[in-house]
Amino acid sequence: MHADSARFPDNVTAARRDPMLLGALQRLQRDARAGRAEVIARLPEFEALRDAAREIRNGALANLAANLERFEENVIANGGAVHWCRDAAEAGAAVTRICREAGARTVAKGKSMVSEEIALNAALLGAGFDVVETDLGEYVLQLRDETPSHIVIPAIHLTKDQFAETFRDAHDALPEDRSLEEARAITDEARGALRDVFLRADVGITGANFLIAETGSVVIVTNEGNGDLAQSLPRTHIVVTGIEKALGTVEEALTLVRVLARSATGQEISAYTTFATGARRADDAAGPEAFHVVLVDNGRSDLLGGPKREILRCIRCGACQTVCPVYGAVGGHAYGAVYAGPVGSVLTPALSGLETAKHLPEASSFCGACEAVCPVRIPLPRLLRLWRQDAFQAHLGPTALRWGLFAWSALTAWPGAYRAAGAIGGRVLRLLAMGRPRLARLPFAGKWTGGRDLPVPEGGTFVGQWHRRRGK
Amino acid sequence: MPSDTETRATVGFFATCLVDLFRPSVGFAAARLIERAGYRVVVPRAQSCCGQPGYNSGDRDAARRAARRAVAVFEGFEHVVAPSGSCAAMFVHHFPDLLSDDAGWEGRARALAGKTCELVDFLARVAGWRPEAAPPAAGSITYHDSCAGLRELGIREQPRALIAAAGAPELREMEGPDICCGFGGTFCVKYPAISEAMADKKIDAIEATGADTVVGGDLGCLLHIEGRLSRRGSAVGTSHVAELLAAGSGDGMGGD
Ligand code: SF4
Repeated sequence: MHADSARFPDNVTAARRDPMLLGALQRLQRDARAGRAEVIARLPEFEALRDAAREIRNGALANLAANLERFEENVIANGGAVHWCRDAAEAGAAVTRICREAGARTVAKGKSMVSEEIALNAALLGAGFDVVETDLGEYVLQLRDETPSHIVIPAIHLTKDQFAETFRDAHDALPEDRSLEEARAITDEARGALRDVFLRADVGITGANFLIAETGSVVIVTNEGNGDLAQSLPRTHIVVTGIEKALGTVEEALTLVRVLARSATGQEISAYTTFATGARRADDAAGPEAFHVVLVDNGRSDLLGGPKREILRCIRCGACQTVCPVYGAVGGHAYGAVYAGPVGSVLTPALSGLETAKHLPEASSFCGACEAVCPVRIPLPRLLRLWRQDAFQAHLGPTALRWGLFAWSALTAWPGAYRAAGAIGGRVLRLLAMGRPRLARLPFAGKWTGGRDLPVPEGGTFVGQWHRRRGK
Repeated sequence: MPSDTETRATVGFFATCLVDLFRPSVGFAAARLIERAGYRVVVPRAQSCCGQPGYNSGDRDAARRAARRAVAVFEGFEHVVAPSGSCAAMFVHHFPDLLSDDAGWEGRARALAGKTCELVDFLARVAGWRPEAAPPAAGSITYHDSCAGLRELGIREQPRALIAAAGAPELREMEGPDICCGFGGTFCVKYPAISEAMADKKIDAIEATGADTVVGGDLGCLLHIEGRLSRRGSAVGTSHVAELLAAGSGDGMGGD
C-alpha cells in the first residue's frame, strides 16, 4: 500500500487481497449502520439539527476573517499566542520553534488530523524531539509506522490481535505471560506506557474541533481523555488546527457537538467535550503555563474563494467515510491521502494537486450515501463532479474515454443514427451470444466481463418498435 | 383520474438509453402502466440520451448539449415520465443546474423539471394509481432501491405500495436495500474490482432473503446485478418493477 494518491488503482488491488482489512471494514459498516439508526431514532429533531448545523457552519465561513481576528484577540487577552501559517512547512516550523523555546524534549500528542496533514511528527522527530501519540489508535499506528485510515477511528484497519501483537513487539517490559486477549487488557497496557509520557512531556499538542471567537476557547471532542491530559499536564500546550474551524459563539459549538458525536460514533455525546481557554491563571488548579494556537491555511483560503467552498463546512466526523461503499471495499489507506473517503476525495486534490489526486474524484459511484449522512449537508457527489470537470478540462483522464465521450455526444445529437448504431451493436451481441441470454466474454469489454456476464439486448429498439407497432 | 380519451392528459415518455437499446420490453411494460393509470403516452422519436455519461465524466459541455436537446423535445408535454430514477433525476435536478447560467434555457429547464417524474413515483403519487390485485404469483421478490431514485427523488415507499396493492408476490426485504450495487455508470468499468465487490455485498444480501427475483427501478443496476449473479452461478432472477407490475395488471397487450 503506497501513501500516494497516484497509486490508487494499484492500492485497490492490494486492498482487495487483504482479508483482515476486508473483515474489519465489513464489521465497521455493519455496526455503524445499526448504531446510527438507533441514535437517530432517539432524536426526532435530528434532521432539523442538521439544517441548523449547516447554517452555523455557513455563517461561520461567511464571517471567517472576523471570527479569526476576534479569536486571536481573545487568545492573547487570555495569555496565549496565535501563529498564522500559510502551509505545512510554515506550520511545522512554527511548532518546532515553540518546542525549542520551551526547552522541550518530550512532546505528548493528542489526536489531530491537521498534524497529519502537515506531517508534524516527521518535522518534530527530525528536529530531535521525542514525540509520542497518546490516542490509543494513533499510538499503535505510531509504533507500527502507519498512518490513520479513518478520521475518527484511525486504526480501524487493525484487529484487536494486531494491537496486542504490536505491544508485544514494542513494549520490552511487557511480561510474556500477560494476556492481551481482552480489549481492556490492551487499553491498560497502553495506559501504563502513556502515563509515563504524560508525566515526562514538556509540550502537549492537540488538534481542535472548534475555535470560539467570543471567548478565545478551543474545543476538543474525544472519548479517551488523553487529549485533556495532553493539554493540561505539560507546561506548554500547542493547538494545531485549520483556519476553517473558527465559530462565533459557544452556543454554536454546542449545537455542532450534538450532531458531531451522533454522526461520528453513534454516541449521543462523546465522553469528553473540553473547552480550553488560554494559559493557566493564578487561581487555576491546573493547566499549561504557555498556550499557543497554530492556525494552518494550507489551501483553505483558496477553497473558500472557489466553487468547492462547501467542503469547508466539514466538521471531520468521518460519517461519510464510514458509510461509503467504496471506502468499505478498499479501506482508507488505498486513497494514499491523509483524508480518505468522500471528504478526502474532495479535499486531497486541493491539498496535493489534481494531477496526483485525479483518481480520487473518480472513485465514486455517486450513490450519495455520504451526502445523506453528512451532518452539515455537504453535497459531496456534486463537489466530486466539479473535480471531474476540472480534470476533464485539464485533459487528465484517459484519451480513450475522451474519444468515447466525443463519439457518444456526437451520436446522441442524431437520435435516428444513435438508435441505428445501438441496434447494430445489439445485433452483433446477439450473434455472438448465439441464443444465450448473456455473454461471458467479449473483446474490448474486459472491464465489464472480467467479473460480470454481459446481458444481451433483446433486439431492436424500444422507440423504433413503438412507432412501428403504433403506426406513427 | 381522467377517464375519457378526449381529456386524458399526455405523458411524454423518455425511454432511457438502456431500455431503448437493451430491454424494449421494459419500455412497453412502463407505457402500458401509464396508459392503465389513465394517460395518453407519446414517445418522441427525437429523444436520445439524458447526458449522464458526459455529466458524470466531467464533460459539462456535452451534458449541456444533451440537456438542451431533452428540454426542447419534452417541454411541450403535460407530464414527462422515465422508467429510471437516475435519468429522471437528470431532468429534475441536474438540467436546471447545467443550464443555470444560460438565460434562454434556465426557465425552460426548471419548468420541465417540475413536471418530470420517475415511473413508479408518477404512478403512485401523481396519478394516484394502484394496480388491481392479481392472483398471488408464485415465488418471492426482494427490492433494491437504486441510489438516484432513492436519494435524489425520494422513491422508497412508492414501489412497495404498488407491489403491496398488487397483492403478490411476497416481498422479502434484504439487509441494506438502500446500499449501492456498484453500478454507477462508467464507474463500473473504471473500477471493476470495487464495483464487483459492491455487487457481491448486494448479492449476498439478496441471496440471504431467499427471494427468487430481485426487482428494481433502474435498468443499469439490474443489468449489473444480473451480470454478477450470472457469473456467480446464482439462480436469482432480475426484473424491472415495470415488468412486475404490468404482468400482474391486466391484459398485457396495451403496447402491442
Ligand atoms: S464531509 Fe460531512 S460526513 Fe464527511 S467528515 Fe465532513 S462533516 Fe463528516
